[in-house]
Amino acid sequence: MSTIDERVEPAAGLMTAATRGARSRQPSAPWMAFLWRLLLSDYFVLYLTIIFFVVASFFFPTLSAPGNISNQLSNIWPLLAVAVGQTFVLILGGIDLSVTSIMAVTSVGGALLMTQVLDGPTFDKSPLWGTLINENGGLLSGNPQAVLIAVAFMLLLGTLIGLWNGFAITRFKMAPFMVTLVSMIVFSALALWLTASRNVSGLPADFVLLGKGDIVSVFLGPKLNPDIARRDVLPFITYPFAIAVTLAVVAHYILGRTVFGRHMYSIGTNRRASEISGVPSQRVIMLVYAFSGFCAAVSAILYSARLEIGRPSLGDGLLMDIIGAAVIGGTSLFGGKGTIKGTFFGVAFFILLLNILNAMRLSPFVIDAVKGVVILTAALLDITRTRLANREQRA
Amino acid sequence: MSIVLETRNLTKAFFGITAVNNVSIHVNEGEILGLIGQNGAGKSTLMNLVGGVVQPDDGTMLYMGKPYTPRGPADATRERIAFIHQELNLFTNLTIAENVFIEGFPTVGRGPFRLIDRGAVKKLTQQVLAAVGLDLSPDMPVDRMSPGERQLVEIAKALYLDASLIILDEPTTSLTNRETEKLFEIMRQLRAQGKALVYISHILTDVLAISDQIAVMRDGQLMTQEPASAFDINRMISLMVGRSIENLYPPRTSQPQADSLLELRGICAAGIVEDVNLTVRKGEVVGLFGLMGSGRTELARMLYGLDSYERGDIVVKGQPVKRASSRASIRNNVAFVTENRREEGLLMNINIADNIALVSLPNFANPVTQVINKNEMLSSAGQVANLLQLKSGNIALQPAKALSGGNQQKVVVAKWLLSKPSIFIMDEPTRGIDVGAKYEIYGIIDQLAAAGSGVLFISSELEELMGMCDRILVMSRGEMFGEFQRSEFSQEAILRAAFREGGNGNHHGQRSNGQ
Repeated sequence: MSTIDERVEPAAGLMTAATRGARSRQPSAPWMAFLWRLLLSDYFVLYLTIIFFVVASFFFPTLSAPGNISNQLSNIWPLLAVAVGQTFVLILGGIDLSVTSIMAVTSVGGALLMTQVLDGPTFDKSPLWGTLINENGGLLSGNPQAVLIAVAFMLLLGTLIGLWNGFAITRFKMAPFMVTLVSMIVFSALALWLTASRNVSGLPADFVLLGKGDIVSVFLGPKLNPDIARRDVLPFITYPFAIAVTLAVVAHYILGRTVFGRHMYSIGTNRRASEISGVPSQRVIMLVYAFSGFCAAVSAILYSARLEIGRPSLGDGLLMDIIGAAVIGGTSLFGGKGTIKGTFFGVAFFILLLNILNAMRLSPFVIDAVKGVVILTAALLDITRTRLANREQRA
Repeated sequence: MSIVLETRNLTKAFFGITAVNNVSIHVNEGEILGLIGQNGAGKSTLMNLVGGVVQPDDGTMLYMGKPYTPRGPADATRERIAFIHQELNLFTNLTIAENVFIEGFPTVGRGPFRLIDRGAVKKLTQQVLAAVGLDLSPDMPVDRMSPGERQLVEIAKALYLDASLIILDEPTTSLTNRETEKLFEIMRQLRAQGKALVYISHILTDVLAISDQIAVMRDGQLMTQEPASAFDINRMISLMVGRSIENLYPPRTSQPQADSLLELRGICAAGIVEDVNLTVRKGEVVGLFGLMGSGRTELARMLYGLDSYERGDIVVKGQPVKRASSRASIRNNVAFVTENRREEGLLMNINIADNIALVSLPNFANPVTQVINKNEMLSSAGQVANLLQLKSGNIALQPAKALSGGNQQKVVVAKWLLSKPSIFIMDEPTRGIDVGAKYEIYGIIDQLAAAGSGVLFISSELEELMGMCDRILVMSRGEMFGEFQRSEFSQEAILRAAFREGGNGNHHGQRSNGQ
């Protein structure tokens, strides 16, 4: 009996202190109190994105045009897929710089396998010409299972590269930055070498469907003909949507609900303490890098299918967007912190930002500079939010 | 003979705990002052005050007859006070010369063209190295040197600064006998040159042999400062210990049983532990005592599987452990409450419940999907927190770092309790926590033993071991140097063993002294 009393009392005392502290700090004006709550909310970035969208639509009406929304949504899904894997790595306190090169090499690898036709004069400089590829396309050209096998190959390749990163980091005790930087350079070069720097076209129609197939589409406008032309239909729920969201939901559950997820957070917070407490850190780290490679491959499939090519420069310039989206979503580069939900909001925010900057017709260099400033601001804001939330907890 | 340094009524408290209380000592020119006391007696804090590392709350210091109020270590250096710390402050990636001159290189040229005078650096370094009898190249990186050589480089640095007062805090812990002899030789030379030295050490025979004066501290207070001729080992020990220990410890409620839970047979690791045997029985609390550097923490880490050993067997519940690792230990129901809560015990930024559940997470998960039953986990964590009377907010929300030291320690203990271990290794479980929380930790240790667990209780506070243990083992320089049953407990006898002044263990390897 007495033990229960003793436990309840300080807890109750703490609660009143907390509410008192919060009340004294919170400004009396209700709109300020509202802003305060907004700032500390898990959904802060989502609210910010919505506000941003509404305000910007006022200045750039094209932003809220259905065609633009449909287009921007389709930009979100491939980026989300690769950002999910990066979020996992960042939670461990690591970093995966190689994701863009994994995307490039899986993109061209898959494409070279399943392409139906190749242009001789351009591809005869590829080291694979005459053995694995020729005028009739790749090894799987004409094979009825070509798409299935090629997709499986791409996923496997991405996972294996990620596994190699994880292996080098855990077994050789090398810095993640170093290992993944080398992977980035090596696999990017490999992608360029295999294709002689050319895009690989002639992909099977079934594959292209993965990037463009729609589930729910809307036709807006007057119905003049009985047949609606394909390009007039605006897809909102698409195959890429289904694929990326499934991946994100699975990742969300792994992170939040499983032993593996708890272990990831604990390694990212304090690896030494985790190991003493029996967390199999090497295994977790290896699997997480493998997962990051897998996610990059998924992203490569979505991008390649949408572009209808295997592209050796696929991930170029994307790294800042990927890490930026995760950081905007509240993932800490110090490890131990981050959610898939946050990364999703971060991706949406980032795509919106790019959309607005493009609508402003700024030069790509200015756009890059603005992106950098936004990422820095987001990181700073997150530190402030964490400090405020801690104070709330401590009061 | 003039006084170089004098402290008057110096007082310093950390977070309400008085580390140095009203201490007045003096160091004479051309003399060595030996400073002794148990761990936590305030020796290091006193010297940190002199070295400007911390500032006093009260009291004054006189240096060369003038008031001396250092605001930082740089002030002490300017006044030519050299402080050689317990843990060496050398940059191991730099060379000897770079280390000697780290606080200011000789330069040539002026203005923006001021450059380091490499030639002068080399020549001066060679000079000071010769003065300490080191025949090494000034360009040798420090990480290729032995601990003894590094110690001498620290002294060379002090010589370069032409220090008038040199403080040496436990300089011999990592030195071999020959290196120690060499160090003493140099200390005597410095004394002959009229320098004042303060020598802090746990090795009482050394202190007695080399000091001119000896000061004894206990619980932050100076017990006495007298010429060395007024002391013998017995008097030193009895001045260092003292204080009654009644009511500080809960009564033990159980007796050890016959079956052994944990056995170490001949564990060896070169330079760390030598041929260590140890047994922990069911329901027994075994104390492991030793001075800093005695190898007690290292032994615990080997036994839990964090560090490797070269020879010997670890036997848990009659089964030899093939390859010790933390995961194997957890499977064998061995728990390890580490010495260092912040770095090795807790996930500071993560909530209390997740901290408590960390070791036993798989027990709350679906074996196939690995999905955690969160309600079950939270209620179990809550139960253990209740049992230990953890004072916290909502355990699912509050991060561990928001707790007080004592409550943080309870979280570490709770984490292991939840995994239902039968062998507890506790390394300094009461370090840095207040008296009330200590009493509660002692209570938990007694309950664990009463429930049939075996506890290996490692501490540098002898009194708490005497208060709680059924048996105390004493380690000294990597060896088991004594074993005391509860009926034989005596502070003096145990400390003597720790200082290798006696004990009832094997005496091989005891060092004979120079004088």
